Amino acid sequence: MGRTVSLVLLALLAVAPQLGLGIYPLHLMIMAMLWGFIYTSWALMGRLGLVSLGHGAFFGIGAYTVVMMWNHFGLPPLAGAAVAVVVALAVAFIIGYPCFRFKIVGHYFALVTLALAEVVRLMIVALRDQTGGSLGVTPKPGLVDGATGSIWALQFSNKLVWFYVVLVCWLFALYVWHRVDRSMSRLALQAISEEEDAAASIGINVTRTKLGIAMLSAAMTAIGGVLYAQYQLYVNPETVSGIGISLQMVFGAIAGGMFVMLGPTVGAVFLLLLSEGLRILVGNQFHGLDLLIYGALLVFFIIYMPKGILGEFLHRFGRKTS
Amino acid sequence: MEFFDIFLLEAVINGLLLGGLLALLALGLNLVFGVIDVVWICYAELIMVGMYAIWWMHTVQGAPLPLAFAFGIGIVALLGAALHQFIIRPVLSAEPINQLLVTGGVLFFLQAAATVTFGVEFRNIGVRLPGVSVGEINLSLARLIAFAVALAAIVATYLFLTRTYIGTAIRAISQDRAIMPLMGVNSGRIYILTSALGGALAGLAACLLVLQYDIHPAIGLSFGPITFLICVLGGLGNLIGGFFAAFIFAQFISVGGFVFQLEWGYVLAFLFFIASMFWKPEGLFARRR
Repeated sequence: MGRTVSLVLLALLAVAPQLGLGIYPLHLMIMAMLWGFIYTSWALMGRLGLVSLGHGAFFGIGAYTVVMMWNHFGLPPLAGAAVAVVVALAVAFIIGYPCFRFKIVGHYFALVTLALAEVVRLMIVALRDQTGGSLGVTPKPGLVDGATGSIWALQFSNKLVWFYVVLVCWLFALYVWHRVDRSMSRLALQAISEEEDAAASIGINVTRTKLGIAMLSAAMTAIGGVLYAQYQLYVNPETVSGIGISLQMVFGAIAGGMFVMLGPTVGAVFLLLLSEGLRILVGNQFHGLDLLIYGALLVFFIIYMPKGILGEFLHRFGRKTS
Repeated sequence: MEFFDIFLLEAVINGLLLGGLLALLALGLNLVFGVIDVVWICYAELIMVGMYAIWWMHTVQGAPLPLAFAFGIGIVALLGAALHQFIIRPVLSAEPINQLLVTGGVLFFLQAAATVTFGVEFRNIGVRLPGVSVGEINLSLARLIAFAVALAAIVATYLFLTRTYIGTAIRAISQDRAIMPLMGVNSGRIYILTSALGGALAGLAACLLVLQYDIHPAIGLSFGPITFLICVLGGLGNLIGGFFAAFIFAQFISVGGFVFQLEWGYVLAFLFFIASMFWKPEGLFARRR
């Protein structure tokens, strides 16, 4: 895709909400970009052979740290977001360093990270006196005297503000992807995912390289958690942590195509259209129908289209990268 | 707290009983991994299907409980074979992680299929077994039965693998996947058979769980993660390691849950798992090759 075309499309996206869209389409666009941001963060490491089933942990850390800091200590969410990122980085380091040092890869890595996701979920439930347990928790209102938005409280009554906040984050994720793609680390990581010992033998610091990308990915996922919590103004341990959300990230990225830059975003749009489309078509009485079709499609994708929607599309039409 | 607390003893014994059940859960998954080298992320969802099958046969169709149990085991065994034939086989030569992820798709599918078919209500088969008192210790009969049946099933599986011709073939395949087909073994058939056996073990676990727990579409998520972690702790594919790991895990859950709170028991068990992965990445009971 040419640079001009990209810029024109981006400009169209940026002015789209000014054309008088309803609240609902605007909400869908925000959710698509938010999940696109999160899936892209996961795919940063997922595409390089580090398939984590534990990103729900970082998402949950992001969402709960910011809400807990605000509700119990009065720390404004903008500062709370920084704390959340630091916590996520620390957890990623504590888990990642031994994992990479002791060469825990493949199935084992996936299952260790899965344990991490469950630890975070169970701890949120167990600390129910502070977190509200399975019932979830709502951030304290941060808008006083009829204000429509507060940067410190990261609360905006106008969805338009959210649209631009999320748009910037999503573009940031794409930029990070682009930078990683052009870096030596990407080549190193690709070598590592092919053959770890051989990569080490030509002088690649396997542990440090893997740790770098894992911490970057974890920090971005935590930011995703912060945005989710502040946008929805409600968090619940089952929806922001644990195995469910972790698998959702993996599959969103795979469905769209985790090897191309816009793949995870395409996955997010696809999943959103699928669930919202089914909700409109068949209504709410068939609870679970969207997941049913989603599950069947995932099996189909992994067997017949492992490159994902966008990956397959670009492959068919002879373009290497977007 | 006094060390020889009678309630602490009760927690330890309950942990032992839970260990037997977890060992059975881990056995099927471990068997499949050891032979086919695939982790069934949807393993607990197979158990959930078995529980619904038993509930449907017993409560809706009015069949006697033993028949319902046999039906449940049969259904899950068939499901296991079908899972291998239609979903695992096409990706056997793909990247290993894809095989793990494809069963994750099945996890969502089965969970949603249960929601669509049976709704999100909690179901139970209406059988409540009495408690048993030994001295001052109160134990649940359902747990005692589960423990005994699980141990019997584990011994039976062990004998099957070591004493029969097909069992020997299954073990041989797990030792060298490449050579056995050259020796004239039809590996495809062994895989199907192992998958059906793994499914049957999941069905048996469903029979035992249905006596203790209510059934709902998300029940798999409460057993699934523990089961994987036990298998990894014991060394993936190592049946004996998984057996002992199940008892270690169960004690963490039961005693930890008793001393603190239920969730903290799980948190401790999972933290122990993460810590032990760094200490012995190939599992606590790794065989030396």
